[in-house]
Amino acid sequence: MSKQRKAVALISGGLDSMLAAKTVMEQGVHVEGINFFTGFCVEGHTHAIRNKDKAKPKRNNSLWVAEQLGMKLHIVDVIEEYKNVLINPKHGYGAHMNPCLDCKIFMVNKARQWIVENDFDFIITGEVIGQRPMSQRKATMPVVARESGADDLLLRPLCAKNLPPTLPEREGWVDREKLHDITGRSRKPQMAMAEQFGFDDYAQPAGGCCFLTDKNYSAKLVDLWQAQGNKEYGLDDVMLLKVGRHIRPQPNFKLIVAREEGEGRFLQGYKNEFISMNSLSHSGPLVLIDGSPSAEDLYLAAQITARFGQGRDAEHVEMNVVNKDGSERRLQVKPLKKEEIREEWYV
Amino acid sequence: MNKETLNARRLLCPLPVIRTQDKVKQLKAGDQLEVVCTDPGVMQDIPAWCRINGHKVLETKSCDHDYIILLEVGA
Repeated sequence: MSKQRKAVALISGGLDSMLAAKTVMEQGVHVEGINFFTGFCVEGHTHAIRNKDKAKPKRNNSLWVAEQLGMKLHIVDVIEEYKNVLINPKHGYGAHMNPCLDCKIFMVNKARQWIVENDFDFIITGEVIGQRPMSQRKATMPVVARESGADDLLLRPLCAKNLPPTLPEREGWVDREKLHDITGRSRKPQMAMAEQFGFDDYAQPAGGCCFLTDKNYSAKLVDLWQAQGNKEYGLDDVMLLKVGRHIRPQPNFKLIVAREEGEGRFLQGYKNEFISMNSLSHSGPLVLIDGSPSAEDLYLAAQITARFGQGRDAEHVEMNVVNKDGSERRLQVKPLKKEEIREEWYV
Repeated sequence: MNKETLNARRLLCPLPVIRTQDKVKQLKAGDQLEVVCTDPGVMQDIPAWCRINGHKVLETKSCDHDYIILLEVGA
């Protein structure tokens, strides 16, 4: 009796990885999923923070995919290790701060470590040649396999017929003839496969599940690094860049202005790590001050904060400023006019 | 039967799931784990993770701003 072969599939929660895993499961291979959490995979985060999104049903797509396929899913926290990928990407960034090729190499490498530790035989990804301009090109396919160390243990079932046979194919663990030859950016072949498998509900993230592909988020990240003079970051930084309006009137400080109640509640949790302020005389947002502001800077910050509250047209607004240690003081300020908040201050 | 509590407040999904997963690895079949979170997304995600991995959700409830899930570790 032949040995039951086991594969781990990188599951993003999108359609391609779902189809890739299913294709191999159909051949009798035992498949489990693995999902890496970098801190920037954020669809659930903004939902959890912002009130306006709460009415929509929310699900974690990777868990949902695993449940649809009837396989286990291992979610791995790689936040710390991922920093080196983001800060020093050997292959550079994409259109924004997305180090897609290095990211793919990193994740396949992590999966390679995982199969060694867990006695699995090979790795599956949902990659398709020509699907992504940076990480899924004909030229990058061997780069990912080689630099991750996975080599021919890396099987891409959706485009395998366009690539040299891998070890699972050569050894007969999977039948190459039952794999696919999809290329390019069209989604039609995948949608047809989904229909064949009976999948009528699936996510279409198309790169949108990573905040590093977002222009505005990337601008805030670059601003953070410039302001602190290095490229360090922590999970709280990653989270706070997703929340509120970020306004930097001076290089040494910025304001994070809650845009609605849910964000205000979220920012409350950071009040002992930042100077915070809000209006006492009128309703208005909670604002965190990041950096090292002088007394004059705090006065300017209070004027800006007052602009975003109900007292924006008042002669004076009374502001409460709370230090990290909880001590408080009051400021009477005249709110800035809309045109006094310069466009370039908005990060 | 051992019962433990995991504080996953202020963590946003999928971190409460990851912390639950890591904690369950340290427990035995039949042990119970109460996970206390503030992200409402856990009400879907942790039960989904339990179903996939063979654990049983005994109770879910919300209390003030907390979302609490009691699960029993499967074999």
